[in-house]
Amino acid sequence: MQVFDLGSTGTVSGLITAREAGLVACQRCGQVHRQDASYCKRCDGALQSRDTESLQKVWAWLIAGMIAYIPANVYPMLLTSTLVERSESTIIGGVWELIHHGSIGIAIIVFVASVMIPMGKFVAIIYLAVTVQQRSGAHQHGRHKAYEIVEFIGRWSMIDVFVVAILSALVQLNTIATINPGIAAVSFALSVIFTMLSAQSFDARLIWDADRTAG
Amino acid sequence: MKGGGPWPIYGLKRIYRASSKGQTLPLQHALPPLDDLVACPQCDTLHHAGNLPDNARAHCQRCGIVLMTSQPAAMARILSLALTAFIMMIAAVSFPFLTLDAGGLHNATSVIDAVLAFNEGLAIPLAIAVAFFIMVIPLIRLAALIYALGPLVREAPARPGARKAFGLAERLRPWSMAEIFIVGVTVALIKVAGLAAVTIGPAFWAFAGVVIITVLKDQLICRYSIWEALEQSAA
Repeated sequence: MQVFDLGSTGTVSGLITAREAGLVACQRCGQVHRQDASYCKRCDGALQSRDTESLQKVWAWLIAGMIAYIPANVYPMLLTSTLVERSESTIIGGVWELIHHGSIGIAIIVFVASVMIPMGKFVAIIYLAVTVQQRSGAHQHGRHKAYEIVEFIGRWSMIDVFVVAILSALVQLNTIATINPGIAAVSFALSVIFTMLSAQSFDARLIWDADRTAG
Repeated sequence: MKGGGPWPIYGLKRIYRASSKGQTLPLQHALPPLDDLVACPQCDTLHHAGNLPDNARAHCQRCGIVLMTSQPAAMARILSLALTAFIMMIAAVSFPFLTLDAGGLHNATSVIDAVLAFNEGLAIPLAIAVAFFIMVIPLIRLAALIYALGPLVREAPARPGARKAFGLAERLRPWSMAEIFIVGVTVALIKVAGLAAVTIGPAFWAFAGVVIITVLKDQLICRYSIWEALEQSAA
């Protein structure tokens, strides 16, 4: 079988999708079937030419994720009590503390993972869902890149949840110092899980359908 | 288009429209046998599934994702890395992870201790979630891969349920968060530095090893070739 150098083929116009060819492709293994097949003969996965409920699921999980993100920011993430004081810190409060300790690098990691990535994900998923609903054919490569980034980076928001879990397991020294998780830790974990499910429900093939005459 | 990387990059042969007037015809008659085709899972574009030369990657002609890779003895390497990671994971879970000293008190924590330590209130759902993300799911993934790929490496027929096992391992991929946990440990160490003296135990290094091995292993996984091999060995 001949192979072609990718660099020399720039145009998209000659390409055809499985759907246009009257076929349905398996998203797990790439195997192509006739349109009337409902299970993949290779990997046994369910076949669907397009996930017609994709956007509905995306919006539902996204809204759940955004709602859970509110208490995650308002309520304390960590409850620390030492001999001299008891303190509670929220996500942003924890970032401030790190800056005051002089750990700028770590403060940036926590800020990016707990604030910028979740916010960026909300915006990116809304943008993807809205442009697909409008059947927009613009910036397909950019939107596909955005989808890949959202899928890849979303899990990294879990850092702060793990930090809380490690600290509260480790720092249990009776009266001297104890650290316990606050309610925000649970709602933040839920928010990350919901937005991951939202991103996974998105059918990326919909991005590329806009420039096609519906088959 | 996707950037260089260590291997030469190949595109797969494209499938052209059979009609010229923008009208889509049922193309079955013009298409090669369906088994010679591969569709991009993310944009549905059809390609010929050709044989790649060794150490090559084939990208989708439209959206650019990697459709298949060909690396010599990939299956055996994946299996050996998965076995290594599985054994190291057990060490990482059971040996002390972090040790903390403050005011004459001493607290050594293994990952299992950390999970079992949570036994009240809010900490319970958190502990269950953390246990799944860093311990249960990674172990299930590794076990499923070893189960599915073991016979393929020996060129024996696939085990019953091998396809389900590999499908499960792939579906769990985003939920396996050991590498994120390692970054979390680093942040936690710095946060607690003012409060107590913390030392890193042997399990931390085992865990770091698992993370590196998992990254290497996942890079070797070419879904297309593994599904193809599973199908052929089942028949």
